[in-house]
Amino acid sequence: MSQDKPAGEVLVQAEHASKIFCRDLKKSLFYGVQDIACEFLGIKRASDPFAPPAEDGSDLRKKEFWASRDISFELRRGECLGLIGHNGAGKTTLLKMLNGLIKPDRGRIMMKGRVGALIALGAGFNPILTGRENIYVNGSVLGLSKSEIDAKFDDIVDFSGIPEFIDSPVQNYSSGMQVRLGFAIASSLSPDILLIDEVLAVGDFAFRNKCLKRIKEYLQEGGSAIFVSHNMAQVQSICTSCLYLDHGQIKMAGDTVNCINAYNEDLLGANEKSGTKTTNPDIELTSKITGRDGGPLRCLEPAQLTIEIDAAKDLPTCYASLVIFNLEQSQRLATITSEASKQTYPLKHGRTVITAELDNFNFMAGRYAIRTNLMETESGTRIANKGAETTPDYFNVDLSDNALDCQHQSLGDLLKFEAQWK
Amino acid sequence: MSQPTTTKVYTAEPQLNHATALFAAMWRDLLSSRELAWRLLVRNISAMYRQTIFGYVWAFLPPLATSATFLFLKAGGVMDPGELAIPYPAYLLISTSLWALFADSVAAPLRLVATSRMMLIKINFPREALILASIGEVLFNFCIRFTIIFGAMLWFQIVPPSTVFLVPLGLLSLLLLGIMVGVLLTPIGLLFQDVSKVMPMLLNFWMLLTPVVYIGSNEGIRGELMRWNPVSPVLTVTRDWLTTGHTELLTPFLVISALALLLLFFGWLIYRIAMPHIIARLGG
Repeated sequence: MSQDKPAGEVLVQAEHASKIFCRDLKKSLFYGVQDIACEFLGIKRASDPFAPPAEDGSDLRKKEFWASRDISFELRRGECLGLIGHNGAGKTTLLKMLNGLIKPDRGRIMMKGRVGALIALGAGFNPILTGRENIYVNGSVLGLSKSEIDAKFDDIVDFSGIPEFIDSPVQNYSSGMQVRLGFAIASSLSPDILLIDEVLAVGDFAFRNKCLKRIKEYLQEGGSAIFVSHNMAQVQSICTSCLYLDHGQIKMAGDTVNCINAYNEDLLGANEKSGTKTTNPDIELTSKITGRDGGPLRCLEPAQLTIEIDAAKDLPTCYASLVIFNLEQSQRLATITSEASKQTYPLKHGRTVITAELDNFNFMAGRYAIRTNLMETESGTRIANKGAETTPDYFNVDLSDNALDCQHQSLGDLLKFEAQWK
Repeated sequence: MSQPTTTKVYTAEPQLNHATALFAAMWRDLLSSRELAWRLLVRNISAMYRQTIFGYVWAFLPPLATSATFLFLKAGGVMDPGELAIPYPAYLLISTSLWALFADSVAAPLRLVATSRMMLIKINFPREALILASIGEVLFNFCIRFTIIFGAMLWFQIVPPSTVFLVPLGLLSLLLLGIMVGVLLTPIGLLFQDVSKVMPMLLNFWMLLTPVVYIGSNEGIRGELMRWNPVSPVLTVTRDWLTTGHTELLTPFLVISALALLLLFFGWLIYRIAMPHIIARLGG
């Protein structure tokens, strides 16, 4: 945890927390019956339930694996711990253990104070009942008494921003409206420890912004939070420290920016293996966007673009062009093409390296996909494409340590411009 | 920000290793789940019949339908209900209403816990609330159905004996017995859906082994089964208290009620211990 802050009270403490899951449903159910029977009869499954799991997997039955393995950390008042990692890295399993929904199979978890979980917004909403009725039901599920709900009712309705629908059945709500109401209820609990799982992935920007603000206020008031998200900008803007989980284990712990960069690099590494194939069997290529000396790339700093081409035979002279997409390749963002400056490249048999320099790279921190096109100079016909039908190349823009950037990005900003304000 | 008052520790150790702490937590959760149970009950009751045309009539229909079926069978000479102290239609209406109380109690805990699955795997709340809410639902339905019993007694001019004030005790015992079976079945029923599939069949067969639609003989395998059927004495005693006023089965009634209470506690214990394991298996 961060050393520079005054040591607050420890609210969450996990020591070697581990959880076993089973890949096979039928076996899993049977093991479940076994486990319940063992526990009821007081039979211990492991000789030392507090020891970390054995390296060789001798603790496991057939088809089982450690969904969470040897997780240890501490969380203090005012701190927010980010959990990042690929799908299936064990983030949600860990949250469920912290929330007391499932028991660790090894180790120990201590939770001090009232726990609120923004894990399942709208869980327990009854579709036939009205929003008003559901506020009371959900509030008491989360541990609020009737008088507490009465006192917070107007606040909840106000925050949700849907007062005109409060007396219609929840089944008529859109999913966004359900999330609004769910977040409003859950965040009114004012717990000591708040568990947040991917809930800010839905809803519109304005509402997301409102939610992030509310979480920040809560942390300033002395709450503590554990935050799971795939939005690295949100993680960076909220979290004071981070756990990077991989295959159920802690791969890296500590500084948020370090963890996020390590996570992004691993993502990039996984994609680099994806190959150099293009639509043309005679051409293989790799495109990169890096910092000026091939180093890390940062927003508003000079960048360098490199295309390495391997041609199996002589090819006509061509223009090179790069199209930048978002990571999911659902949104085309920018085109960088040599056609703009009429710069052509002869493609001889063998290796050709094309480079270009960019002055200020406007993209903000994150991970982007590149599609590369080679077009014949004369006719303009495309001779090779990489990324549309084959796997694209990727690049990362490293995180900035500017808090304002971070805040803007967590709201969805992609680009940044320098301005001389007069 | 409120000062932390509770510290919770989760480990892999069997919870029963710290039995005192476990029992204390069970008691605490039972008390703190009352408000939630009430909310869930109100939610379930108001949602239960909202999307129906006949509404609360659905609470009456099952015992009425069963009664009609057996009246029909008797009229056709297919079956002989045996020596009865009260007219057969009254016997049927009263018995099937009492049976419905038991059958409802058996089915309600698993039904409510299973429909609350999404809530269970995502939110940590006192699990006792679901059981309390299911008891409430059973009682609510019975209150509606009680008008059948009342109507039958009025129509057939059955004068309640002085033992009638003991009837609530009998009803409570029937409820207790049913909830006990239901709670014991809940953990396994959550893991394997076979339980909820077999439940209606089992309850139908069980009804025929209980003096609900006929008294029946005490001979043969059927007689043995009926003798060992714990519902028979409880239901018979309750009905006797309501109609004739004298009963021969008081001792079995008391023994079974006490046992049911004890087993209900065990069921509760298993339900609590099993829940984290079940949630881990059901996934998210």
